[in-house]
Amino acid sequence: MPAPTAAPARTGPPAAPAPASGIRFDDVTVAYGRHGGHGEHTVLDSFDLTVEPGEVMALLGPSGSGKTTALRAVAGFVRPVRGRVLIGGRDVTDLPPYKRGIGMVVQQYALFPHMKVAENVAFGLKAQKAPRTEIPGRVAEALEMTGMAGYADRYPRELSGGQQQRVAIARALAIRPGVLLLDEPLSALDARLRSGMLAELARLHRELPDVSILYVTHDQVEALTLADRIAVLDQARLRDCGTPQQLYRSPRTAFTASFVGTANLLPVTVRRDGVEFAGRPLTVPVGEAAPGATATLCVRPHLIGLGASPAPGGNTLRGTVTELQWRGATHRLYVAAGGHRIMADVRELREPPALGTDIALHFAPEDAVLIPAGLAADGARHA
Amino acid sequence: MLVHSASARRALRAAFFLLFLPVFALPLLVIAAASFAGGWSGALPSHLTLTHYQDLARGSTVTALLTSVLTALAASAAALTAGTWAALAAQGLGRRARRLLDALFLLPVAVPSVVVGLSLLVAFSRPPFLLNGTPQIVIIAHTVLVTAFAYQSVTAALSRLDPAYEQSAAGLGARPAYVLWRVRMPLLLPSLTAAAGLCFALSMGELSATMMLYPPDWMPLPVQIFAATDRGALFTGAALAVALMATTLLVLAGVARIRTRAGYR
Repeated sequence: MPAPTAAPARTGPPAAPAPASGIRFDDVTVAYGRHGGHGEHTVLDSFDLTVEPGEVMALLGPSGSGKTTALRAVAGFVRPVRGRVLIGGRDVTDLPPYKRGIGMVVQQYALFPHMKVAENVAFGLKAQKAPRTEIPGRVAEALEMTGMAGYADRYPRELSGGQQQRVAIARALAIRPGVLLLDEPLSALDARLRSGMLAELARLHRELPDVSILYVTHDQVEALTLADRIAVLDQARLRDCGTPQQLYRSPRTAFTASFVGTANLLPVTVRRDGVEFAGRPLTVPVGEAAPGATATLCVRPHLIGLGASPAPGGNTLRGTVTELQWRGATHRLYVAAGGHRIMADVRELREPPALGTDIALHFAPEDAVLIPAGLAADGARHA
Repeated sequence: MLVHSASARRALRAAFFLLFLPVFALPLLVIAAASFAGGWSGALPSHLTLTHYQDLARGSTVTALLTSVLTALAASAAALTAGTWAALAAQGLGRRARRLLDALFLLPVAVPSVVVGLSLLVAFSRPPFLLNGTPQIVIIAHTVLVTAFAYQSVTAALSRLDPAYEQSAAGLGARPAYVLWRVRMPLLLPSLTAAAGLCFALSMGELSATMMLYPPDWMPLPVQIFAATDRGALFTGAALAVALMATTLLVLAGVARIRTRAGYR
């Protein structure tokens, strides 16, 4: 199946943006209530972010973090009280949604129930007055791309959730948008369908490398799997931004560490050659942190091993098993050490320790990341 | 189901029929029976006859029925247009302005319809607004009286309509007018047809405002029913009432068919 972006001539509607449009948020603030008055509620605060052309950017955060608001500001459904939104270098802040040339898929798909699948997919093309002769071909192409070619004559109510999802994506892609906005597109699907659709979305993006995708999710697995970069939001602000690997391996804030993957966050005091945790020295890279400063040490549970450190220079912690969870391939141990609860994910144990047993845990110095206290709140980087 | 035991359910059903059937169905059955009666001195009508219906076919009844249907159709169409328009416009208003509009549309329902008739009579009795003695003033009165129901029914439907539909449509490049015509109106169709049926039925039965306003050449059927019973021709009045009921039910059945087709969701 040829990728439509490889088509030599684009005879699309006039509103269709040029290929390879990026998105830029320039100090965007969105607030409800009377501006500057009492009761003003800021839902997105001084948001700066650039999505490069063809990039998949995930906006990750808990509910109420402002991620959906950011997406709606790009779509034109909310109006910033300050700042600008640019699509493909064009300032669209004051443009109505229908002039922005975006494709959007929302959580509940919002397929038009009175139209058949083919009519749903053709809707954007007809609305933008695409040449009549071109419409059937482009509808077929979009349905083909999403694997829904055999369902053109069905009504949305005759489709399963996963199929409706595909039609919603086909409808958004049919207008050949430069920017695709996905608002929690998989949250209404069950776990199995979700992982299948994740693979589908990744394939679609390979076929349409010019489309920039802004992907809103609260699910870290979706963000880690699909995104080129992840922007982490919390309490209306951008907290961190980077590639999934950067955020996972060296989180800059405690919030990022806990939201992207699972993390043990230990309060430590910086020393010259490492840190001190609950009165015990640990060897970890301290970077430029000043000795005597307080900081947070992030150690991923799967990087913690059972027993004393086998290698010289490794860190060993001793504690009591308080909880044990069997998770199929792994065991999760909760160990009380130095007044804190430490999680360790180890390969399934043949003889797991009994609760209350004293055990040793170890981790390598390079597997720990020191998060200076000053960066606990704002750590926006690579944005 | 609130009641579980079968005997209790049977008892409740019996109570329902005993209490409600006489109030709702019996008067209508009496009217239907009276329309075939040659006399009614005992418990049941006697000398059953079709004379009253034959008289209807000969007299001015057909014209009156047509007048009623035309008035109701025109008033429902006008009320539906105005009510839908206002309901759509109200969505863009602030909370206070919307409340004011709600109150304005509720006014003709709160005010007795005879007052609505009188006020129209006074308002349109002098040039340049001289509509006295024209069919239009009857249609306007009916429109004023039924628009509230159209407005309320469309407002309720709009509040249930998921904004994701119109936002998705706008995101796909559809202008507001296109979204309204291709997405919102089709989704509102079931409510619009329900409102149309209600407006039509109310207009078909309207009497008090009509009595104040109707010109001799535009006499709707309820006025004829009133006139017949007023001069003591009860059985003729009953036959007229049956004709009115049958026509209204026929039109409502037609509207319900459209609604079934529109109810694809």
